[in-house]
Order: sequence, then C-alpha cells, then structure tokens
Amino acid sequence: MALDSKVPKGPIKDKWTDYKNHIDLVNPANKRHIDVIVVGTGLAGGSAAATLAELGYNVKAFAYQDSPRRAHSIAAQGGINAAKNYQGDGDSTYRLFYDTVKGGDYRSREANVYRLAEVSANIIDQCVAQGVPFARDYGGLLDNRSFGGVLVSRTFYAKGQTGQQLLLGAYSAMNRQIARGKIEMFNRHEMLDVVKVDGKARGIITRNLITGEIERHSAHAVVIASGGYGNVYFLSTNAMGSNATAAWKIHKKGAYFANPCYTQIHPTCIPRSGDYQSKLTLMSESLRNDGRIWVPKNMDDVKAIREGRKKPTDLSEEERDYYLERRYPAFGNLVPRDVASRAAKERCDAGYGVNATGEAVYLDFASAIERYGKEQAKIQNIENASEAKIYELGQAIVEAKYGNLFQMYEKIVDENPYKTPMMIYPATHYTMGGVWVDYNLMTTVDGLYCIGEANFSDHGANRLGASALMQGLADGYFVLPYTIGDYLSQDIRTGKIPTDTKEFDEAEKEVKDRIDFFINNKGTKSVDHFHKRLGKVMWDKVGMARNEKGLKEAMAEIKAIREEFWKEVKVPGNADEMNPELEKAGRVADFLELGELFAKDALVREESCGGHFREESVELDGPQKGEAKRNDKDFAFVSAWEYKGEPADAVLHKEELEFNDIELKQRSYK
Amino acid sequence: MNLTLKIWRQKDSDTKGQMVDYKVTDISEHMSFLEMMDVLNEQLVNAGEEPVAFDHDCREGICGMCSMYINGEAHGPDRGITTCQLHMRMFKDGDTITIEPFRAAAFPVIKDLVVDRTAFERIQQAGGYISVNTSGNTQDANAIPISKHAADEAMDAATCIGCGACVATCKNSSAMLFVGAKVSQYALLPQGQVEAADRVKNMVAQMDLEGFGNCTNTGACEVECPKGISLDNIARMNRELMKANIS
Amino acid sequence: MGGFFKSSIGRKIAMALSAFFLMFFLIIHLAVNITSLFSEDVFNELSHFMGTNPLVQFALQPVLIFGVVFHFVMGFVLELKNKKANGVAYAKNNGAANSTWMSRNMIYSGLVILAFIVLHFIDFWFPEINTKYIQGDMSGMHDGNFRYFHELQHKFLNPARVAAYVVAFILLALHLLHGFTSAFQSVGATAGRKKTLQTFGKVYSIVIPLGFIIIALYHHLNH
Repeated sequence: MALDSKVPKGPIKDKWTDYKNHIDLVNPANKRHIDVIVVGTGLAGGSAAATLAELGYNVKAFAYQDSPRRAHSIAAQGGINAAKNYQGDGDSTYRLFYDTVKGGDYRSREANVYRLAEVSANIIDQCVAQGVPFARDYGGLLDNRSFGGVLVSRTFYAKGQTGQQLLLGAYSAMNRQIARGKIEMFNRHEMLDVVKVDGKARGIITRNLITGEIERHSAHAVVIASGGYGNVYFLSTNAMGSNATAAWKIHKKGAYFANPCYTQIHPTCIPRSGDYQSKLTLMSESLRNDGRIWVPKNMDDVKAIREGRKKPTDLSEEERDYYLERRYPAFGNLVPRDVASRAAKERCDAGYGVNATGEAVYLDFASAIERYGKEQAKIQNIENASEAKIYELGQAIVEAKYGNLFQMYEKIVDENPYKTPMMIYPATHYTMGGVWVDYNLMTTVDGLYCIGEANFSDHGANRLGASALMQGLADGYFVLPYTIGDYLSQDIRTGKIPTDTKEFDEAEKEVKDRIDFFINNKGTKSVDHFHKRLGKVMWDKVGMARNEKGLKEAMAEIKAIREEFWKEVKVPGNADEMNPELEKAGRVADFLELGELFAKDALVREESCGGHFREESVELDGPQKGEAKRNDKDFAFVSAWEYKGEPADAVLHKEELEFNDIELKQRSYK
Repeated sequence: MNLTLKIWRQKDSDTKGQMVDYKVTDISEHMSFLEMMDVLNEQLVNAGEEPVAFDHDCREGICGMCSMYINGEAHGPDRGITTCQLHMRMFKDGDTITIEPFRAAAFPVIKDLVVDRTAFERIQQAGGYISVNTSGNTQDANAIPISKHAADEAMDAATCIGCGACVATCKNSSAMLFVGAKVSQYALLPQGQVEAADRVKNMVAQMDLEGFGNCTNTGACEVECPKGISLDNIARMNRELMKANIS
Repeated sequence: MGGFFKSSIGRKIAMALSAFFLMFFLIIHLAVNITSLFSEDVFNELSHFMGTNPLVQFALQPVLIFGVVFHFVMGFVLELKNKKANGVAYAKNNGAANSTWMSRNMIYSGLVILAFIVLHFIDFWFPEINTKYIQGDMSGMHDGNFRYFHELQHKFLNPARVAAYVVAFILLALHLLHGFTSAFQSVGATAGRKKTLQTFGKVYSIVIPLGFIIIALYHHLNH
C-alpha cells in the first residue's frame, strides 16, 4: 500500500482553513447515532473525548487508571507553547511553525506542523475559558516564559504543573459530558485489541482490570490516544503503567508504525541510585538556565569523590571540566536536549561519572547564587557585603525560581542542592515516533485514528520543550473533531455496530488465549526480570548513541529475550481478578516486539538527526568535527513500518518529506 | 536494613481481609517506599505467592494514584509528599511498618491496598467544571484580566491531586478538603462565577450522597495533604454554600 | 433553604451558630458571677434581675436551653454519622501526628460538660425553679436578705463539688480551645484572619473557664 499523507493542496497558510471549509459534516440528529471509542484520557484523548461528546457523538472513553485525571500528561512541568505574541517579541504562527520544524531536525511533515502552530492560540483561549489557572503578571494578564532555547517568550505555564492544570481542564470538560451521559467512562479498563470489520476499525476488546472480565465495545471509529512507548527502556520518566500495548495492537492489525527510533532523552533527570530503581524523575529543563554542568578534570578526583574522600565543593575551578561550555561556547549549558544528553554520556562513558553507578554529572548553582547575590547586594545598596551575605541573598533568588525543584531533589537524594551541586543524568522522556497518521490523523486502517504522543506526526526527530502539551490538545480539541467528522459522514446510515459477529469472536479469542497462556505458563522468572533485561539492551545499544554493530546485536538480543520470555515468564494469580502482574506481562510482551523494531529502524536510518544519533554519521572535520551529521539527500523521509509477523521482517514504507516553506539547515551550537 | 511489614491483604471487595506479616531484607535507605514494595513483590512472585496489589503510576507525586496508610498516617510519616515520594531513610533497621489501604466507607477496598475512589469522580461530575464548549471562538485569553493574587490562589487550590489522603486521614472520613479545593478554584476565577451557586450546591449534595462524613475542623487533612491544600478552601466552600442558599 | 440545614455543611454551620450563642452566654454568665468576688450586693442585685426579669426568664432562658440541647443533640447526630462514614477501622492510626487531642475528642469533652450541666442544674437551676415558680416566692429573699450570694457560698463548701467543677471547667477550656476557631472556620470566616482569631480564641478559651474556676475556689476558701 502506498502511503498517502492526504495533505490538502494550496499555500501552507490556507490549507487547514480550506480543508475545514470543504469537508463533509454530520448533521446533529445523525451524530446521536454515531459512536466513537477513545482509548486513553490524557491531554489528547481527554480533549478529544470531551469535544466529540460536545458535538453530539456518543463517546466511550477508556483509561487503565482509576480516573482520567491520572494520565501521565499530568506530570508535564514546564509549559505549553502558543503563538499568541502577547509579549510583542515577534512571535507568529510562522515562527512557531519554523521553530518546531527546525527543532525536529527537518523530519516532520510541514503541513501538520503549520496547522499545529495555527491552532495553538485557540488552545490558550479554550483553557482559560475552562478555568485553567495560568500564571499571570501583576496587571492580571497572562505571563509567558522563554523555554528550550527559542528566541521568543511563548510558553504559558501554571507554576511547575502545567500538564496537571491542562489535564484537569480537559478532565473537567469530560466530567461535564459524563454527567450529560454523552461520554461513557470506563476507568480501570485496558484495551487489548482492535476489531476490524470489512477493513474498518469497528471496536475494541478490553479487560476490566478489577474483575478481569473481557469485554467487547463497538463504535463507528476508534481513536487511540495512549501515549508514548518510553517504557521500552524500563527506566524512563514515564509513569509505571505507561505502555505501548494499544499502539502496538493496532500496528499488528495493519496500522503502520513510524520512526520508532526517534526518542527524546532528557538531560536533566535525577540519576539512578541502584538496581532496585523503578523509574526516573525529571527535573525541569529550566534549571539549565542557571546551573553549570561539570565533571572533574582528573580521574583521581573522580575516584576520590566516588569513594567519599572528596566532596565536589573541594574542587577548584581549574580542577573542573565544564564540558558543555568547553565544547559549545556559543550555547554553553543551554544546548538542546539531545546535545546535552549525549555530551553527558560521552563524559560518563569516558569514566568521569561522579556517583557510584558512574552515571551522573554535576549541575552546579554556586556561580548563579554568587551572581544573583552580588546583583541583589547592589540593588539593596549593601556595600562590602560579606561572602555569607552574598550567598544568602543569592540563595533567596534561586529558591524563588527553583524552590520546588530543589525540594523535590532533596527529598529523593537527601542532599541539599544549595550547598552541594546536584547530580543529574539523562533519561528517556518522550517518543517522537509512533503510529503513522495522515493529515486527518487517520492511521493506515480506515476509521482508526491516533492522536497525541502515540502518533508520529508533528515533532520530527526531536521535540521542542513545551510542545508536547500543545500537540496533544491541538489534536484533541481542534483537529480530530473536524477530520473524524469527514470520515463519519459516511456512516450516518450504518446503524449500531453489532458485537456478536465473528470478527469480535476472533479478536476476543485471541485476547483470551494470550491471557490464559500467561496464567497457565509455569515459568520461573517474573515479568520485571524480562522488562529490566530489555531495558538494559535498549539503553546500552539503542540509547543516546547508536552504531551498526550495537544495533544488530540489540536486535538479536531482544529476540532472544523475547523467546525466553514466552518460555519462562511467570504470572501468579488468576485471570478473573485484579492482577497487576498479568497486566504487566501483556505490556512487556508488546515492548519486546516494539524494541526490536525500534532497533531495526535505528539501523536503517544511517544518519544522525535529532534524538537519533548514529556514531557513523558525524562531521569528520571543520569546526563541527564530531557533531551529528544529518543526511537530507538519502533520509528526508518518514519510515513507516508494516507488520509482517516477526519485527525483523517488518516492511519499510517511505513517506518522502518535502520542504517548500522552510530551507533545510544543519544545526550548529558551537 | 531489615524490616517487618504488616500489610492488609484482602482478595476482593466481597472477602474479609486481614493483616499479614512479611519480612524484607537488604533494603537500601535510598529506595523509595514503593521500590521497597517492589522488592517484596518480586520476592513473593519468586516464591509463587500472590504479590501485594497497590495503586501507583507516575511515581513522582503528581498523578494521585498511590494511596497507602503507613504507620497510622496517609502517605506515611514525611510531609508534603505522596507515598511514592516517601523514602526508606525515614525508617530504621529493624522497624515494623504497618501498611493499610485508605479507609472510608465511601472508599471500599478493591483488593489489598487498592481502594475505589470513584466517589471523587461523581462529585466532580456533579459540577466540577465550567460549562464551555470547545469552539476556537471563545474570547481571547487576555480579555478578562484576573488579579495575580486571585490567579495564584486558584492555582494553589487547583494543585489538588485527588489522592484522597484528606479522607483517609480525617477521623470523620470527610471529603471537604477535596471538594473545597475544587469549589474554590472556580469561585476565585471570573469564568467560574456564572455557575458558582449551582456548582457548590450540587457538589456538596453529591458529596453527602456518597457517604463522606462531616468536617469537624481538626485540620488533619491539611497536615497530611501532599500538596498542602489549605483549610481556607473549606471555609470558602462554606461561605459559597451559604451565599448560594441566601441569594 | 430547607435542604441547606440537611446538608453536611448546613449542619456544621448550625453547630457553629449554636456555639456562638453559647460562647456569648458564657461571657454574660462569667460577668455576673465574677462580681461575687468583689461585692455581695452587686452580685445579689444582678442575680435577682436575671432571675426575675420576664424577658430574661421567658425569652432568653428558653432560647438558651434550646441552644444547649440543640448543640448536644446535633453533636451526637454528627458524631454518629461520622462514625458511619469511617468504614473499617485502621489497625494503626497516629492521630497525634496531624491534629490536636482537643480536636479529636470534642465528643468526650462535650460529654463531661454535659454531665457538669446536669450537676449544675441540680445545684442551682432546679432549686431556683422550685422556689420561684412552684412555691411562688419571687422575692429572692431569705431571712430578710437576698439569698443568692449565700446560696453560692454554701454550694462551694463541699470540696468534692469544687473539684468536679474545676475538672469540668478544664474540659470546657479544652472544648473551647478547638471549638472557638472551629466555629469561625465553619461559617467560613477564617480566611485572612486566621492568626488573630486563633490568638483571641486561645485567650477566650483559657480566661473564661479560669474565671469560673477562680470563683469556685475563692468561695471554697473564703466562706
């Protein structure tokens, strides 16, 4: 099947408006007879479910948590971008579009990104109307901050909990529709398969996570909004339950999976402290505005610190290696996420990691505290301020800016970050890759849509800070409700989709067989055992830096782990009760397939772009020597994989990317 | 460190539960409390026993899913944190730790330490929203200035994560801190004014219907709340309800 | 409005309103009694006025009795409802970690105060009613003098009774230490004025019961 992105014709700035003017609409009386299933209730799923219900469709929404409000969008800290230009600093739809495409290292689809930038302003209006308490200035107007190294201040925020507030906004909109009976909410339900009838997505099979009951749900269209697959690494900043099962199941039923190798590794996370570690905690990127990142210059000092003979504060300036400032004098500590992450890995691989695991670097606020302290002393007219006074004044400023993050760090690590530098290390954070969708956000299966982080569409090979929330809400509030209407307009005469058909029988049987297998398999090893092994392979060989040899090994090793998993996995308890181990088993089984495709995709993409760094594809000389080298001539395409059984047999389809409105440039942060 | 755990085990909502003792060894003080529970569960799985079911998800204190009553306190002995942010350095080698589910008649146990908090859902559905459709044509976000003070106070109320620690802690199993926070958030914003009276009446009516107890102002909820939601929100809800009934 | 006082919040507001009334009454009661420390005559005259003024006797007194009864009955009703809301009890509950003893035991301090009121009625109120309305002696006189002060002195001869009074007033202090600010919180009046109210509440909760204790001890020691 040839990939058709269905991007409308015409100039980029008119495409979306023209599209909306010409699609087929469903009349309100008919919407009452049309059902839509939404799987996942984060920003994308929650906003889509609410909006579709407001329009009059009958929505069935599914979440594995006990409430839609607990989806992992809730954990996003920094903010949400929108081209409002409230600050008058030259922002515009085009500039947001440009920054997003450039930030994505020219691997996203222009038309989608432009539409995203276009609707971004509406999101802020909508959220304020819902009562989202964004930060405001003393004049009562909305405040903005600059985020992720862009040149304008376009990020709206609600303290360090923007994701939470936006999700609660979407959740409140859902609640209103649940109360009206337009959304039927299924909490603690997990989707385990999609049901296709005559090639169209017509329903899903779910498991009630309380009773274990397998249920059939039918609809005229199915929307997957189940988030990213970062947990393929076992350790990530994702929630424990975040999984790829919904996305992977639809992939197995015909939806192509695009660019799995594009993963964002966030540079400022709290390092792993031991083998028992279950997840990693992100510290907002904003810390890099004031923190300086370093490791010791001498290996003796590294050893001394690890053994506790020396403290980081014992080292003089000359004994420290501020490696980002050394390598990237122009951007210093503010280089993009992928660059900062790789640089940390490079130092730690060379043996300079500063904690027991050897995977940590320092993020030091001492110079910021001193700088702010001196500034304050001047402002407050304190002459000849003592060092202690300067420190005190500076600490107050740092506390006002980052107090909650410092407190969080102290709770986890039990060290006072005002007194001793923080330790940080990169961690998997976001997956740009995902289910392939066209301009309508429809997958390669008719009537099957995919929105939010679960799809691949807008961020290319790297996502800008504060853009994930924007994309989730744009898809759910402003894009999908139009595009799905165009599709559903064909279904006004279809009538209710019956669930007592052979398609549902078959899908249900498949699901039940797999559950029975897990329960009855008398293995010897826990699910987590396999998940941790998979994660280690992914992190070591398909992590921040990848090469051909490592990727080939990874594919073989993941396949071996998978085969062992199906022989040796042990799932206690029964199928007809709440059984968290059974839930995990199903998810890890899917990660074990996805991981291999991930490595295969990384192997095929013999260029470095965005979050995907191939050690073979670097600048060989000149001022950029050793930096990532993109190859637009051979790789300006989206890799869309078709399922063929074994992940190694997946078939690659290419969607060529055309750039008509943006000139392709190599990134430089030197 | 080595610990004795007394954990509530209950097969399902229809079966009677009881406290069961477990031992865990070699627990690092750097572990989070839930990582310690992971160690226990791995141990149970390997021994062919059923692991302890407990709710958890984000493990960074924001989703509100985790919900344990540890040594007689919701989310354990530390302050300003959820169970997932509690670290083992709060305990000593040889300690016995009692772990129970959040208790309230309105929060029935589903299994072991997992409770059903959908009563909170129904309270929110009764009015915890502003009735505005998605259109892209709502007025500009800056059309109504909101004082920084009001916006910040609304934000403080809105930080509630809906974990239910307030109910679990309250000697009356009252949900007023939760409901007060939601009522306050909207009462403080101009967008919330239009429906304010109906909202507070409907949400309080649903709260009563769910079987939550009454507030006697002990203030325990405020102390145990992982997000520091203030009792002022309950006072504000009381005012709002009086206002709604007088006007 | 009818539904309002059936709602949980309506009921706690009703509790608070009756509490305000009772707290106001305590001030009046103490103000009258405290005169007994300084002047027998002033105390007698005030007592006679209170005991015979029709407005006080037939309007305020029934309201007061209703207030007391309502506060107790509603207190018990809410306590029972709250117990029902608890479900299964915790095996281990560390209430002291997050709240004061007073706030968690209002029902017990309240019960002691109730027992005290019964004693107090037997001591003063029933004899008064008997003298005034059953025997019909509205003069307030005994052997040519006002009887009030002497009756008061007489009651506090018995050290056991004085001890019971002292204990009851200590419990009243504990009840008020939580109840005072709690009542204001219930009617939604605390936001922004919390500190002032808390300080005032502490002073009130200690000064009023202490005043009654001093009166009891004074008359016990100076008869």
